[in-house]
Amino acid sequence: MSRSARRIALEALAVLLSVVVFWVPFYFVIINSFKNRTESSLLDIRWPSAFEIYDNYKTVLTAQDGMVSRAFLNSAAITLLSIAVLVVVCAMAGYVMQRRTDRWSGTISFLVLAGLMIPPAIVPTIWVLDSIHLFKTMSGIVLIEVALGISFATILYKGFMATIPREIDEAAIVDGCGSLRLFFRMIFPLLAPVTSTVVVLSAVGIYNDFVNPLYFFPGARNATIQLTLYNFTSLYNTSWNLLFADIILISIPPLVLFIFFQ
Amino acid sequence: MTKASRRFYSYAFLLPAGIVYFIFFLLPTLMSFFFSMTRWDLVDWEFIGFDNYATFFSESSLNIGFRNTLIYAVVTCALKVVFGLLLGVALTSSLRVKSYLRSVVFFPTLLSTIAVGIAFSSMMHPTQGLINRSLSAVGIAGPDWLGDTGIALLSVALVDVWKGVGMATVIFIAGIMSIPEEYYEALQIDGGTSFSKFRYITIPLTAPAMNSVIILAFIGGLRSFDLVWAMTKGGPGFSTDLIASIIYKQYQGGFYGLATAGNVILFIGVSLLAFPLFKFLNKREVDL
Amino acid sequence: MHMSQKKSLAVLSGTLLTAAMLSACGSNNNNGAASASPSTTEPSASASASASAPASSAAASPSASAESERYEKPVTLKLLIDNQTSTEGIKAITDEIEKRYNIKTEFDLRPGGGEGDNLVKTKLATGEMDDLNFYNAGSLFKSLQPEKYFLDLTDEPFMDNVVDSFKPTVSVNGRIYAGPSGSSQAGAWLYNQKVYAELGLSVPKTWDELKANNEKIKAAGKTAVIGSYKDSWTSQLILLADQFNVQATAPTFADDFTAGTAKFATTPAALRSFEKLAEMKPYLNKDYLSTTYDQALKMLVDGTGVQYPMLTFALSNIFATYPDKIDDIGVFAQPGDSADSNGLTVWMPAAISIYKDGKNVEAAKKWLAFFDTPEAMALMAAKAKPEGPYVIKGAALPEDAYGGVKDMLPYFDSNNNAPALEFLSPLKGPNLPQITVEAGSGMKSPEDSAKAYDKDVEKQAKQLGLAGW
Repeated sequence: MSRSARRIALEALAVLLSVVVFWVPFYFVIINSFKNRTESSLLDIRWPSAFEIYDNYKTVLTAQDGMVSRAFLNSAAITLLSIAVLVVVCAMAGYVMQRRTDRWSGTISFLVLAGLMIPPAIVPTIWVLDSIHLFKTMSGIVLIEVALGISFATILYKGFMATIPREIDEAAIVDGCGSLRLFFRMIFPLLAPVTSTVVVLSAVGIYNDFVNPLYFFPGARNATIQLTLYNFTSLYNTSWNLLFADIILISIPPLVLFIFFQ
Repeated sequence: MTKASRRFYSYAFLLPAGIVYFIFFLLPTLMSFFFSMTRWDLVDWEFIGFDNYATFFSESSLNIGFRNTLIYAVVTCALKVVFGLLLGVALTSSLRVKSYLRSVVFFPTLLSTIAVGIAFSSMMHPTQGLINRSLSAVGIAGPDWLGDTGIALLSVALVDVWKGVGMATVIFIAGIMSIPEEYYEALQIDGGTSFSKFRYITIPLTAPAMNSVIILAFIGGLRSFDLVWAMTKGGPGFSTDLIASIIYKQYQGGFYGLATAGNVILFIGVSLLAFPLFKFLNKREVDL
Repeated sequence: MHMSQKKSLAVLSGTLLTAAMLSACGSNNNNGAASASPSTTEPSASASASASAPASSAAASPSASAESERYEKPVTLKLLIDNQTSTEGIKAITDEIEKRYNIKTEFDLRPGGGEGDNLVKTKLATGEMDDLNFYNAGSLFKSLQPEKYFLDLTDEPFMDNVVDSFKPTVSVNGRIYAGPSGSSQAGAWLYNQKVYAELGLSVPKTWDELKANNEKIKAAGKTAVIGSYKDSWTSQLILLADQFNVQATAPTFADDFTAGTAKFATTPAALRSFEKLAEMKPYLNKDYLSTTYDQALKMLVDGTGVQYPMLTFALSNIFATYPDKIDDIGVFAQPGDSADSNGLTVWMPAAISIYKDGKNVEAAKKWLAFFDTPEAMALMAAKAKPEGPYVIKGAALPEDAYGGVKDMLPYFDSNNNAPALEFLSPLKGPNLPQITVEAGSGMKSPEDSAKAYDKDVEKQAKQLGLAGW
């Protein structure tokens, strides 16, 4: 067999596998979100006899006084705020951590690494939040998401800083630029590639976070999009069409973000 | 270091991150050692020594989570490394469809774990599910993926791999692309096969990427909770309970002291496994 | 170092300041900075807005005098209620309350299950409880420490309307802290009467008769007993619905169990409940570990499954989804080993309690005093059919009550009923659903399951700090 024929066969196989492993589940969820309740309860991948796209999606968006819409707002606010804070504080931290080495460096690196490894202590965190009246508040959950995201983002920033030559700093020092000015004017813009990585990864992580809002942001009014979806499994567990429509709605924002940043 | 550079790289830059990190992560972590030894309802506490730990270790419904957590972490980590590396190699090869494949493989990492869990548990239903109906169409009787206590945990782990392999692949692709072309060319001249290329160049030179994948996947597996909760809620019985899901159940029961003891056990366990692993992998990387 | 200290203060003042500095620091910002700046400024503004506007919908305090029947200015009470309870019937009553007393009711929905328990507890601990709290009577209610948070209703005149058997389930030290919210229900066996008639079966009075029926149903190619263990709470029913039989042979079990002197594993009558659960395994549907509650109801209604041990609130779910099939479904009590004692295990309705430190305690009393009248129950029945007899004296079942509920009446008329264990004891191990899945699927023997449950209960008692444990 010729080289190119083999390559074509290989490519065909790869595409076929990708269809079975990845496209079939996507298609399954999408097509069932278009069906009526009875047809979707069969959980098959047949073509629907009638499309009820508008009805299904409208039902989901307006269920329980528009809980899903409200949850979208909550999730969007939490994600945007957390990302904004994360980017600024972690860029600053990563910058100094990479540039400066002294007897504290080891300890600081260890503490940052610890945040990546050690799972958060749930109930004491609730206690801390409650003591400073931030339990079940938007600010509280944002600070938690930031605190738990700091390690990952700082390590990324620190790693990327190594590729930015020190000569830039030195030139700025000679020009008499203050250290904050130097950082925000010269360094931070140069960090743009890793900033976009941090934004995408943290945004997807925080938006899709289920566990932290479950513990730290409870309450029907507060519901984030992941909690809403989880609660709908008991509410809609005979209405797969609605459950799947909810899944599709929830998956759109990260997809858009990904395409935008790619 | 000079005085001038100390002034420039002031530790004040660490303060905003440091303060948030201390109050909302380090402080609760330190406090958990104390609260794990109390009977606690968030308002009042009573010191009871190591009773909570004794309860945790003596009860089968609690310590079943240790075994499951370890199995889950090892299985998901190993599969992500193997599939991630293979996909990484395939997607940096001369395949014309590679950019399409990269997007497709990466896409699930963007999805919500809960959504993935719901979708797959509907597909894994033993009689009505898409998977078993497809299998029976070709004459195979599929198992009860989530109902059979022997395989339920592995079924969830497989879904975890489906969702997470894209991240591993991306890391491997970055590692492979950073290997200078000359190495391969040198081997080409020596008449190496594509397997020896993989064995003697790709694997050793992607060690940093592999370490990242192992660390991220292993720790992620140890801490995992949401997928199991969405798919089985720890059931049937306690057969898929992980330490994290057990902690959640104690929390739900209002046993805050006991939940915190579980938390301490979890992070001591994670530290005992993860830090040595991290050290070992880093050392190996330097040796190479 | 002087300079850097000044700088550190600047850094401390936070993200907003740095965003401001960005714009002050020259004009050659490139993409990275530009894309970061809107996300740092805009959302923080919206956050402070949302943080400063907590939903403060509490209404003006009652200005009218207490003697007047009707408030001049509308009063709004908040009712904290789980999102799984159908509020139709309650709304019928609250509409009437608004008409009569000018008291509006705002429904504050919370999640059900463990998440909901937690929410209620934190609301109490942080002083944010609503005026009225709708919550499970029995052990769950008592675990809220009602004497600390809720109004003592023992001497309220409307308590005379409440059936006596309800009162202990919401009492602490002989004082009553809540009123009932509607009808009782039973933990019993729902069965498809059509299939029973087809196969010539009659309602079993003993456990052996039940097994004989199972064999006949199985021989006819149908599922005799529906298992829906994917929703693990449903697996507890055979155990919980056996309480009438347990107390028939071991009358003091509930008290001894609470005191820690009687255990499931060592009390033959109680261990028998675990054995009964295990004995049903051969009669379950094949995929009982993957079947959900809703799928189980469907099986029961279409007759592929014939009997389903369940709470009778399932009748309402059946009526909502399959209204034309509701008359096919009957109810019988879980039989014991002897036909002489055959009785029903009863679940009390949820409790409605009044938050002691609420702003509108007087209005809340008025609200509850009307709620717990036969008249109010009749209003409720018009919108939501009862799932069992009411626990308000003089409130009769409506004519069009479900057939299954009418099946329950003889057990009440002959006084052959007992409240479920969770209404007699504050102890209910949180892992019971998982333990009954293990027992019901043969993963563990009945003895081991009973031991595991005793241990779970012990853990709970210790965590609650109960005396004697």
